[in-house]
This record gives sequence, structure tokens and C-alpha cells, in this order.
Amino acid sequence: MSKYFHSVTLDVSKCVGCTSCLKRCPTEAIRIRKGRARIIDERCIDCGECIRVCPYHAKGAVTSPLSIINRFRYKIALPAPALYGQFKDLNAAALIPAALRMMGFDHVSEVAHGADIVSRAVMERLEKPDCPTPLISSSCPAVVRLIQTRFPELIGNIVDVKSPMEVTAIQARRAFCEAQGVPEDEVGCFFITPCAAKMTAIRNPLGHETSAVNGAISFLEVYGVLSDLLRKNTAKPDFAHFPATSFGVNWARIGGEAISVGVNEALAVDGIDNVIRVLEEIENGRLPEVKYFEGLACLGGCVGGPLTFENMFIARNRIRLLAQMLPKTRPERKIPDEELEALRDQLYLDRPLKPLETVRLDEDFKTAMDKLSRIEKLRKELPGLDCGSCGSPTCQALAEDIVQGYATELNCIHLLKERLRIMASQMVEMSEATRE
Amino acid sequence: MSGAICESYAVEAGAFGTAGEASGKIKGVLRKLGVPSALIRRVAVASYEVELNLVIHSLGGTIDLSVEPGSVVLDVADRGPGIPDLALAMQEGWSTASDEVRMLGFGAGMGLPNMKRNADEFAIQSEMGVGTRIHMRFRSPEGTGT
Ligand SMILES: Nc1ncnc2c1ncn2[C@@H]1O[C@H](COP(=O)(O)OP(=O)(O)OP(=O)(O)O)[C@@H](O)[C@H]1O
Ligand code: SF4
Ligand SMILES: [Mg+2]
Repeated sequence: MSKYFHSVTLDVSKCVGCTSCLKRCPTEAIRIRKGRARIIDERCIDCGECIRVCPYHAKGAVTSPLSIINRFRYKIALPAPALYGQFKDLNAAALIPAALRMMGFDHVSEVAHGADIVSRAVMERLEKPDCPTPLISSSCPAVVRLIQTRFPELIGNIVDVKSPMEVTAIQARRAFCEAQGVPEDEVGCFFITPCAAKMTAIRNPLGHETSAVNGAISFLEVYGVLSDLLRKNTAKPDFAHFPATSFGVNWARIGGEAISVGVNEALAVDGIDNVIRVLEEIENGRLPEVKYFEGLACLGGCVGGPLTFENMFIARNRIRLLAQMLPKTRPERKIPDEELEALRDQLYLDRPLKPLETVRLDEDFKTAMDKLSRIEKLRKELPGLDCGSCGSPTCQALAEDIVQGYATELNCIHLLKERLRIMASQMVEMSEATRE
Repeated sequence: MSGAICESYAVEAGAFGTAGEASGKIKGVLRKLGVPSALIRRVAVASYEVELNLVIHSLGGTIDLSVEPGSVVLDVADRGPGIPDLALAMQEGWSTASDEVRMLGFGAGMGLPNMKRNADEFAIQSEMGVGTRIHMRFRSPEGTGT
């Protein structure tokens, strides 16, 4: 097993070994062995589906505790735009910075503003003559990992611009250090996250060496304190100085990014299963008209993240209403050339995104062929019920697990039952034959 | 041909609900065998096109997949009706697809030219009343590298 960090984890003491997560995992990364679930590291994309579906709350996400900010002398909070949809009062968006400062942050930088910058950078890419079609968004780390594992043929279509979270952190740290005259390593940047995937992307950056973000604190972690502070607040919300446009804020919900990058022939798809289906169409070359593809792992977009508090539909609607209150300045007008140029050296991915061959049966071609034919034979012997009782998500998966040495035929309770039936009838025959 | 037939996929005429399944499976097999992505992509596009042609235009048929180090072969055969004018069918933009099929987004007349473009070897034979056969070979640019 590789030492790849995953935010999504299993609390073994709570797991009863049911098949809820097994059947739901979009990358078949879960097996039930010895009555407990286990996650295959190489296959997990941290989409968080298992967190949502586990009836025993055995699946969780490792995120940073709020106290982590004390490791740094200076602390910057980077709230995801989806955070604004968590509170009943739409004014919260303008009041959150003050509340976060009360919680111990020295400075707050809106990731929605980073989204405006990224929108501009993506627009530049779309104008290049050699731009791949469709250009695929890099903002949802679960989707980027999905492409690396299941659609490696499309890796070259992923836009090489860093995510709004990264860009916001880079810009915020620089500005803070310049203004305060402090060294960069004394400043910690913390993303307020709706999901596990972002935490994983901080620990294992996608397409760059290190992350500018030092930790991710979940919505759930700050929700209580934040709503308390917001309730007690008496200050007037100041939207005139809100740093992001309605476009940047709309990145929180599905379709917002596609509208921000300003191409009509864009396609936005939410929910990991839907994203998989549409990526298949793209891979088959059936969507040549699509120029930009925004795929978000969560239904509704980041407002539907697994670590959010509010119902996705309600949160999504609040983002819509909030965006209506904000200036409709397009990102290319909002972000001046100088601002973009100042970030230019840090804006892009500089490491190739590699295909992750998680399904390859063997390094050696002949052995792989041989395994393939053994799998095929085994699969025909299995009942084809895909019931999950064996601990593998499908009969096909069990056949593969057997050939790879991770399971045996008798993991299948139906085969076991059949064997027992044969054995029992043989015993009956034997006892009858030996009766005096 | 030295490569053993790995798998054979039956494709039914008119089965739009399951269209794309065979080419999806082919893609899966190639990935399990560790075939390079660039090669898989070409095979995927061609197998999808050929599968849809079986669904839309033929009376049903099969796609046989064989894989050997450095190359992938698709042999496709259907049970008719056959293509009356192959030269015409191979032209970009030529299609006999019905309006219903066009409504589904097919019928641009690009399938066969696309297959030819993506394959390194492409051969098509057709006999009216008997059926159409297509042979395609895709080579890995690295030669042996699978
Ligand atoms: N297996 C087949 N059997 C009979 N006719 C076929 C078969 N495959 C192709 N054809 C004929 O050749 C024509 C061109 O095929 P081609 O795949 O290039 O385009 P299309 O299927 O019409 O449209 P597109 O593939 O762009 O959706 C078809 O319209 C059909 O008349
Ligand atoms: S859609 Fe947003 S919240 Fe969900 S996994 Fe992707 S980045 Fe995270
Ligand atoms: Mg066709």
C-alpha cells in the first residue's frame, strides 16, 4: 500500500461491515474484510460519498482542528465561497471576516476573489489556439483524481491553472508579508473547507510541489462558533467593500464557474456519478461542441460538500440570492492586468498530472493477459448477483480480488452454500451406502 | 494473427439503452492490461463509433477484441444488411441515419472516417444481404510498450 495521504478515513470501532459504502463508492475503492470496511488507498479519490452514506458514521474526514492555527505567528483564513450559504442571514457573507478575526485570525481573504482571478486565467487559456477541447476545470480535486484514475486519456484536457484556494493563499500571504514586513514562513493560511478532497489536495498537491495552504478547517468545525458570533454581531454589513464579484461567489454552486469563464459552449455537471457518465461521453468523442467542462463531485457543487451543515438546496439558493446582491462586474473587468501579472509566476501547475494505473492487473503484459482470462472464467462461475456479501462491490470485482490473491471463492456465500449442499448430499449418500 | 482473442462482445440492433457498453468494456480491459492511455483513447473512439453503427445501421453483430504487446485489434462483423456503396459511406458527412437517430445526436456521417483516422490499419468489406466486416489495428507509437 502506498503512503498516499487521504482525508477520508474509517473509524473501525463504528464500522459494522454493512455494504452501504461498498456499493456506493464510485471507484470501487472499498472492500469489507473480516467484518469491517477498508479503503484501498490507491483508488480512493476522497469524494466523500461514503461519508454521506454510512448509517453508522464510521466514515469521516481528517481535517485540521481550529487550534492548528496557533502553530503560526500570523494566521490567515481563506473561507470557501460555499461558506456564505450556510447561514440564514445573507448578510453573513460580509460579517464572516470580522467573526473569523474574533476567532483568532489576523486576516481574512475570500477564496471567491481567487475564483475571479482563476476565471481570468482560464479565459486566457481558452483563447490560445492550441487549447484542448473541452478544457476541463481543475478546481474540484476529487474530479481531478477521478480523471487520473479512470480517465487518464483526458488528463491533457485539464486546465493548468491552480485552484482558487491555492491562488488565494499565494496572493494573501504575499500581500500580508509585504504590508506587515514579516517573513513568509511565519504566516499560516487556512482554508475553511466544505470537503475532504481539498484537505487531501493540500497534503498531496495536484500538479504542483507544495501547497500554499497550511491546513483545512471544516465548515462543521467552525459552524457553531461562527453562527454564535454572527448572532451577537451588531455591526452593519458592508457589501461595498466585499472583495469578490457575484461571479466569484457563484463558484460555490454548480454552473457558476462555467458562467465565470464566459464561454457559451460550457457544460457544468454535478454529482460524481453524473460526472463519470459525461466524462465517458467526452472520452468517446461525442461532445465535440463543448469547449469548457466544469465537473464537481458534489451534487449542487461545493454547497453540497460532505462537510457542510446546511441542506444543499437551501445553501445553493442562498448563494444565488447573495450573488444577486453583489456587483455583476465580470472577472476580466474586476481583476486588473497588474494583479494578474503579479501572480503570473505562481499561477500555473508545474508538475505533470500522471495517470494512476489503479486497475492494471500486472506490470507484465503476459501475466496480465493470463490473469484476465482467469478472471473471466471465475466471473462465469459466480452468480452475478452483485450482492456485496462477499465484501467486494460486484461479482466481477470479487473475481479480480481472487486472482490478485485478496479473496477466495468461498467469500461468495452463494458458492459456499452450493458447496455445502453438495457436501451434505454426499454425506447422505455415504451414510445410506454404509447402513447395515 | 498471433494475438489470442481476448473477448467478444455482442451488439444488438436498436439497443440504444445499452449503446456504449461494449466499447466501455473494451476500454476497461485495455486499462487492466496496462495499454498506454494514448492508444486506449484511439481504440475507445473507434470502438464506440463502430458499436453505434452496429446499433443504428446493422441487424446486430459482434466486436472481437484481441490484444498483443504493442497493438490492439478490433474485428467487427454484422449480420446485414450491408453497405451498398462503400466509397460513399466512407465520405465525411455522408449518412443514411433517420431523423429520430439524428435527434439523438448521431448521423453526422463522421463515424467511419473517424475510425479510419484513429486506426493504423483499416479494412472494410461489405456484401448486400450478408453483412459488413471491419478490421482495425491500432499500434502503440512506442512499438512494444504496453
Ligand atoms: N454496420 C453497418 N451496416 C450498414 N450500414 C452501415 C453500417 N455502418 C455504417 N453504415 C452506413 O454508412 C453510413 C456512414 O456511417 P458513419 O458511421 O460514417 O456515419 P453515421 O453513422 O451515419 O453518423 P455518425 O457516425 O457521425 O453518427 C451510415 O449512415 C450507414 O448508411
Ligand atoms: S465539489 Fe467542491 S466540495 Fe465537493 S469535493 Fe469537489 S471541491 Fe470539494
Ligand atoms: Mg456512425
